[in-house]
Amino acid sequence: MAAADFRAKAHDALGNRELRANFRRAMDGLMSKRAMLFADRTEWTALRALGAAVRARSLLRLPELLEQLETRLRDNGIQVHWAETVDDGNAIFKDILSRHGARRVVKGKSMVSEEMGLNHALEAEGIEVIEADLGEYIIQLDHETPSHIIMPAIHKNKQQIARLFSQKIKDAEYTEDVDRLTDLARRVLRRKFAAADAGISGVNAAVAETGTLVLVENEGNGRMCTTVPRLHIAVMGLEKVVERLEEVPPILSLLTRSATGQVITTYVNMISGPRKPGEKDGPEEVHLVILDNGRSRIYADPELRNTLRCIRCGACMNHCPVYTRVGGHSYPGVYPGPIGKILTPQILGLETTGDLPHASSLCNACVEVCPVEIPIASLLVRLRSEGAGKTPHGGAPVKGAGSRRKSQEDWVWRAWALVFRMPLLNRLSNFALTRFGWALPSDSPLLREWMTVRSRPRFARRSLHELVRREGIPHE
Amino acid sequence: MTHAQASGRPRTVYFFGTCIVDLFYPGAGLAGIKLLQSAGVEVVFPDGQSCCGQPAYNSGYLDQARAVAWAQIKLFAKDYPVVVPSGSCAGMMKTHYPGLFRGRPEQAEVEDFVARVYELTQFLVDVLDLELDDLGPPVKVTWHPSCHSMREMGVADQPKRLLHQLSKVELVELPRERECCGFGGTFSVRQPEISAAMVTDKIGAIAGTGADLVLSGDCGCLMNIGGAIEKAGGHARPLHIAEFLWERTHGRR
Ligand code: SF4
Repeated sequence: MAAADFRAKAHDALGNRELRANFRRAMDGLMSKRAMLFADRTEWTALRALGAAVRARSLLRLPELLEQLETRLRDNGIQVHWAETVDDGNAIFKDILSRHGARRVVKGKSMVSEEMGLNHALEAEGIEVIEADLGEYIIQLDHETPSHIIMPAIHKNKQQIARLFSQKIKDAEYTEDVDRLTDLARRVLRRKFAAADAGISGVNAAVAETGTLVLVENEGNGRMCTTVPRLHIAVMGLEKVVERLEEVPPILSLLTRSATGQVITTYVNMISGPRKPGEKDGPEEVHLVILDNGRSRIYADPELRNTLRCIRCGACMNHCPVYTRVGGHSYPGVYPGPIGKILTPQILGLETTGDLPHASSLCNACVEVCPVEIPIASLLVRLRSEGAGKTPHGGAPVKGAGSRRKSQEDWVWRAWALVFRMPLLNRLSNFALTRFGWALPSDSPLLREWMTVRSRPRFARRSLHELVRREGIPHE
Repeated sequence: MTHAQASGRPRTVYFFGTCIVDLFYPGAGLAGIKLLQSAGVEVVFPDGQSCCGQPAYNSGYLDQARAVAWAQIKLFAKDYPVVVPSGSCAGMMKTHYPGLFRGRPEQAEVEDFVARVYELTQFLVDVLDLELDDLGPPVKVTWHPSCHSMREMGVADQPKRLLHQLSKVELVELPRERECCGFGGTFSVRQPEISAAMVTDKIGAIAGTGADLVLSGDCGCLMNIGGAIEKAGGHARPLHIAEFLWERTHGRR
């Protein structure tokens, strides 16, 4: 998807009143829920620092921890597969499923699987994939992609879902009653769980010391996907590892409070292996697919590496004034909002997504709420630099670095630096602008954009420098 | 807070006017200087100053930003606090200068400078404990806190504490006051439609307060919000808090 699409899609979204109202309402709700749970500033500051430290430490020792994780998982009877690209990942899935002759699959929410386009890949093989998370189920019925990483169907309101269900679910009556809608989906899904040959799930954290896969959810669909079918395949990005089990509670606490304003989710699944002899339930085989897809490259740069701290809580998008207005479908790639603006260009490359880092007012609302202290605004600036081909000394260039470079822009900033570095030049330019700035043409492209909803800025008649001199203020 | 307070009430401060105040809102700069002077502080305005470097920094042109930043820092070499009538420019200095110069020979000097930077209302309240006497007529105002003042400079309720001292000023809370007005420098022209949607919502909220004035500590926001109000034919007049405080307390209209 090209970056030009972002502006075009944002344009459409901005003009869609229903969509904007849906997002505004939902984001307002999520923000206030989160705020209530982090009302104690001292606790928030301490917990957040701990979360950031856990994630930073895990990344510092990433290769070593991944090795340890693989060993422990194998000890536990979980089979580990490494996928460098999304194609590799999909091929691994197809291979495992075909070995088991699996034709019907139920799937819990997983953004990494979205990143891989897993559903498409499996459906192309004739495998039926049913999304079992309610939000994912809704958008699957409507052939859409998630508009939010935690609440994939957040762009839809109750009435839209009611219409969708009555059209797409057999024998479903039209109802706007949320409980009855949920019940409808539940009835369909129950049958699917019972008939499924395999379950697919994501992973919220993988513990290196114990070989445990941690998965949180609210609907029980994750538990069903990972325990009912004979085969369970989990998938995660390689950054999800943490070292110790005791590091999981603070991460989960930050995750659920930031994401949905919950102290804890209804289900916390700790998966540590397939069914053992004598046990009554659980899958006979458990696999974990670990996806790279550009993450090693991100890892190679000490600054950009901070992107990988992300625990996918979605708080940055919930608080983003841009996301709230353009919605999740305007963004290229699968991760919308601030995290998408820093992650997607690094995965897909700046050639096609180099405009994304510029689609931010750098208001820092995301930085303020990110539970693992990712310096999102600084990373946006870094990616802007990368686009212009200015990788800092000692840094590893982002995919597509320099592809957005415009020599005209280079010259503008060089001239700018000269004027603002040289007091004499600055004085001259101030003089010119205050006296003759009014004569600048209003139809220059930038001024035109500015003036669509604003009046033309007016230069003062005398600069502050001049006023200071006139007033006799010491100006050494 | 440490620097100026450790040495008690400073006798002299530097004033960093910022480029946008210099060219578009010099009255705000002058009012800031006068407020400081009226509190008994001597103000020095280094003549060679220009811009904090933020425009280039935000565009990803860090070399140019660094060169301009360094040109400023050298002009503010004495041990005085540096007072800035903008949360955004002060925030640029406080939050981004250290990173720009990390591992470079200038690092120590830069850190010394950064430790002395204050946003104007922070300095007036936290350091000078300024007391105000309201001389103006009754007026209804609303306050727009800038993103960078809150999130980079850590300005909290200082501006409101100043406004609350003014007996005839009614301060109406702006709904969603913490949400960005959509300026963001080049963002406003690189993503003009999103920026327009943001500022349109913002001026709608301002109109809803019924305020006669919308005050802020950042002229970038004021240019954005004020320009949008003017184009839409709205009522509220945009004004920098320094100018407002000076007008109210010294009766100059
Ligand atoms: S970047 Fe931070 S706030 Fe955004 S999803 Fe990741 S952890 Fe959450």
